[in-house]
Amino acid sequence: MSELLKTAVIGDSASVSGFSALGLSVFRETEADKVAKLINRLASSGFGVIYITEPVAVLVSDTIKKYRSQKLPSIVLIPAIEGNTGEGMKGVHETVEKAVGSDILS
Amino acid sequence: MARLNVNPTRMELSSLKKKLASAQRGHKLLKDKRDELMRQFMNLIRENKQLRIEVEEGIAEANKYMAVAGSVMQREVLETALMIPKQEVELEVSEKNVMSVYIPVFNPKYRTGDADDIYSYGTAFTSVDLDGAVSALSDIFPKMIRLAEIEKACQLLADEIEKTRRRVNALEHIMIPDYHETIKYITMKLSENERSTTTSLMKVKDMVLKQSHNFS
Repeated sequence: MSELLKTAVIGDSASVSGFSALGLSVFRETEADKVAKLINRLASSGFGVIYITEPVAVLVSDTIKKYRSQKLPSIVLIPAIEGNTGEGMKGVHETVEKAVGSDILS
Repeated sequence: MARLNVNPTRMELSSLKKKLASAQRGHKLLKDKRDELMRQFMNLIRENKQLRIEVEEGIAEANKYMAVAGSVMQREVLETALMIPKQEVELEVSEKNVMSVYIPVFNPKYRTGDADDIYSYGTAFTSVDLDGAVSALSDIFPKMIRLAEIEKACQLLADEIEKTRRRVNALEHIMIPDYHETIKYITMKLSENERSTTTSLMKVKDMVLKQSHNFS
């Protein structure tokens, strides 16, 4: 099985503009409702990876959680231009906690 | 621990023994599966953490350039410069089977042959910092793809480990003890019945002997 999928970046304009030069689909959206709808739409229209900035991801954590257990898309948190909030690393620790029962990475 | 609600018959006993045997076999297999999944998971999660640190550093670096570029250039000029991308990337997705968990594998395909062909603007009206930002992002992009792949793999594996662990625990602490207890109960009940039959037979024999021969 192999298919061609697209890659999206969601976040505030300043953080994500650079990615459009790489040929990723950039969505400058920061409102919770719209982002949640956008993620759902992207997930069902051939996007394999969605990068989302941490401040925006916090707003739509429920939607992101929904896609955690599905094979595609892979939603990855990236730091925004304001700096790293540690939200992405928290996700990694949550995964460890789920699998092992306690956070053994820290 | 609770005894199962079954009739204490030989038929039930033999079917329970069969169920116990397959439960024990399943328990052993699932335990092995859990251990192997855990081993794979530990390998991946370490890489995941390392990769995330690298990607976050790389993006922070690019963002630094971007912040400078944003301050020396007009917002509109910057947006325009990046508006029409030269490069386009698509991901070829295949899947890998890790202990019957299907995890996606991404293989980026660039529209232009050269993955570094990324500058969608002339250099006349843009700041050099924008070049820096775009090139920093392009450097980190392969790692971002790998991060997306590995983070998804870890999440899927974590799900599967949790499920398998629940199954192992259910078998180990509930089903197998229940079967043991029920089998014990039926065995006791059956031997009790046997003893009671024997004693009543002895009693009857005594009575018959007494009647026919006047034995005391």
